[in-house]
Amino acid sequence: MVEFVHIIQDRQGLHARPASALAETAMKLASSVTIHINDKTVDGKKLIAMMRLGARYGEAVRIEVEGDNEEADSKVLQDFCNKNL
Amino acid sequence: MKRLRGTGVSKGYVKGPAFYHQSQDIIIAKKLVEDAAAELERFQKAKEKAEEQLEQLYQEALEMVGEKEAVIFKMHKMLLNDEEFSDTVCDYISSDKVSAEYGVWKSSEELQAMFGSMDNEYMKERAADIQDISGRLIRILTGAGKAATVMVGKGILLAEDLTPSETIRMDKEKVLGIVTEKGSSNSHSAILARTLGIPAIVGVAGLLAEPVAGELIIDGSEGSVMINPDQRTQEIYDRKIAADKAGRELLGRLKGSQAVTKDGCRVELACNIGDPGEAAGVLEYDGESIGLFRSEFLYMRSSDFPTEEEQFKAYRQVLEEMKGGRVIVRTLDLGADKHVPYLDLGEEANPALGYRAIRICLRQRQIFRTQLRALLRASAYGQLAIMFPMIAQLKELRDAKEYLAELKEELRKEGIAYSDSIAVGVMIETPAAVLISDMLAKEADFFSIGTNDLTQYTLAADRMNSRISDIYDPQDKAVLRMIKIAADHAHQAGKWVGICGESASDEELLGFYLAVGIDELSVSPRAVLPLKEKIQAINVKESREDELKKWLE
Repeated sequence: MVEFVHIIQDRQGLHARPASALAETAMKLASSVTIHINDKTVDGKKLIAMMRLGARYGEAVRIEVEGDNEEADSKVLQDFCNKNL
Repeated sequence: MKRLRGTGVSKGYVKGPAFYHQSQDIIIAKKLVEDAAAELERFQKAKEKAEEQLEQLYQEALEMVGEKEAVIFKMHKMLLNDEEFSDTVCDYISSDKVSAEYGVWKSSEELQAMFGSMDNEYMKERAADIQDISGRLIRILTGAGKAATVMVGKGILLAEDLTPSETIRMDKEKVLGIVTEKGSSNSHSAILARTLGIPAIVGVAGLLAEPVAGELIIDGSEGSVMINPDQRTQEIYDRKIAADKAGRELLGRLKGSQAVTKDGCRVELACNIGDPGEAAGVLEYDGESIGLFRSEFLYMRSSDFPTEEEQFKAYRQVLEEMKGGRVIVRTLDLGADKHVPYLDLGEEANPALGYRAIRICLRQRQIFRTQLRALLRASAYGQLAIMFPMIAQLKELRDAKEYLAELKEELRKEGIAYSDSIAVGVMIETPAAVLISDMLAKEADFFSIGTNDLTQYTLAADRMNSRISDIYDPQDKAVLRMIKIAADHAHQAGKWVGICGESASDEELLGFYLAVGIDELSVSPRAVLPLKEKIQAINVKESREDELKKWLE
C-alpha cells in the first residue's frame, strides 16, 4: 500500500466536478483507492460518497492506493490532484 | 411598477412577456408489487435508457457550450451509475417490495436531504443534480413526457428552479432571459445560462407568489426584475439594451478578424487584467493575449505575503485559460499609492520617487524569489512573459535577469519543469528608461510602455493632484516624443514594443501609435473591438507623416 497527502487548493473544495473527475480517474486504475479526510473514509471510486465528504479548501486528504500496480497508480492520482484539486 | 431582487448570475438586460415553466413536483405514491424481480428489471432498463439520454445531452451540450460545462452531464451519468444510489433503490425494491419509481423517488429524496443539509453552500446545490437524475428516471418509468414549458413566443422564463438538463434543452430562440425563485450562482443551470449568454437571475423571493401579467424587464448584471416597468425605467433599459446590442453586433462583425490596417500593418490587441477571473472576458471580447497581468491583486487581497503555491495556481490558471495566448505578468508593483499592511515601506517624503516596484524586489529578494519561482513553475503551462516595472537603470534589468537565471538553475536542480522560452521585458515608465532605451533594448526581449507613470514622471506632474491636472496630459508632446524614442530604439534592436497604460485605448492617438510602429496595444477587454474597427480603417503609409507632425511638433 502506498499513500500520499494532498491539500485541497480549489476554493470551492472537493466539489462536484473535480470529485467526479477524481472518481473517473480512480475507476480507470486497477488498484483500490481509499480517501481519508478528518476521521472519515470513503472509496475513491464512488462519487456520491466522495461528494458526501464535502472536503473544503485547505483541508488535507490522505489517499491510499493498494494493488499490484500501486506505485504507478498512485503517481497518476497524485498528478491528477496536483493539476485539478 | 414592481421591483423584485435576486442574484444576477448571467449578465445582460432583456425585456419581454413572462412565461411560466411548470416544474412538476414529483410525488410518487407508494405502490406495493408482487414481483420484485420484475421491478428490478424495470429499474435496470430505465437506467440504461437514462444513460443513453444523458450521453445525448452531453453531446448536445458539448456543441453548445463546450467541454468544460458539458461535463455536468457526464457527472450526472456517474451519479446515475453510482452504487450508493442504485443499491439504495434496489434495496427498497427487493426488501420493501415497492415499485421501481417509488424506490427511485424515495432514494432520491434521501440523497437530496443529505446534500441539502450539508453546511457547504455549494454542495447544497447538488440536491438539484440528484433531482434532475431521479426526475429523468421517473419520467422514463412512468412514461410521462418532458417537464412542461409554455413558451408560445419569445419571452422571459419564470420558474421555481431549473435543472441543468432543462436549461440546456430550452428553446434558445424563444428564451430571452431566465428568472428563478430558488437557486444560487453555484447551480449548474446558472453556469449554463452564463455560457449560453442568456441573462439570468436566481433566488428571487416572492417571484411566483402572484402571477405576472404584462411586460418584464430583467437586469442580469444588477439582479433585478421589473414587473410592468414605468415609462422612465423602460427608457433607461431601452438605451441599455440598444448599447448592448450595438456591442454584440460589433462582436459578431469583428470577432475573429485580424487587427490589420488597410495597408497591411498588424497590431496585436492584448488586454490588461488584474485578477485571474478576468481572463475569460479577454477571450470573450476577442483579446489575442494578455499584455499586462497586474500581479498586485495577489498581494492586495491577502493578509500576508502570498505563498509560492498560491501564486503558481493563479498564474497557471490564467496561462491555461489563454490556451497558448501570451500572458505578460508584471512583477510586483507595490509602493507609491499601493500599500499592503504586512509590508512596511517606511515613511517617505516622495513615495512616487521612492521605494517601490523593482526597487523593493531587488532589495528584498525573498519577496522577489517567491514570485519568480511561482512564475517559472507556471511557465510550463503556456506562453509566459515577464516584465519588470519602474526600471530606471540598466543595472536593474541586469540584476533582475541574473536573479531569474539563478532561480531557473535552482528549479532545474530540483527537477521542476519550466519553459525555457520565457520572454523578459521592461516597462518603460521613467524618462531614464527612455533615454537609455537603446541599451535596454539590446538586453530585453520587448518593451511595454506604461503611459500613466511615464506621463507623471516626464511632466513631473502628480496625476492625483487635481490642481495641476491640466499638466498631467498623456497627449503632451513630451510624452509622445518619449514614446517615439523608445519605440525607435526597440525597433532598431529588432524588438517589439507595446503600450499598456490607459492611453493605449485613446482612439485619438491610435493613428500616432501606428505611425511610430507600435506593435501591441494592451487595453481593457471591452476596448478591443472598437480599436480593431478603427485599425482596420487606417492606412498607415498615407497618414504617417501627418500624424507624426501633428503630435510631435
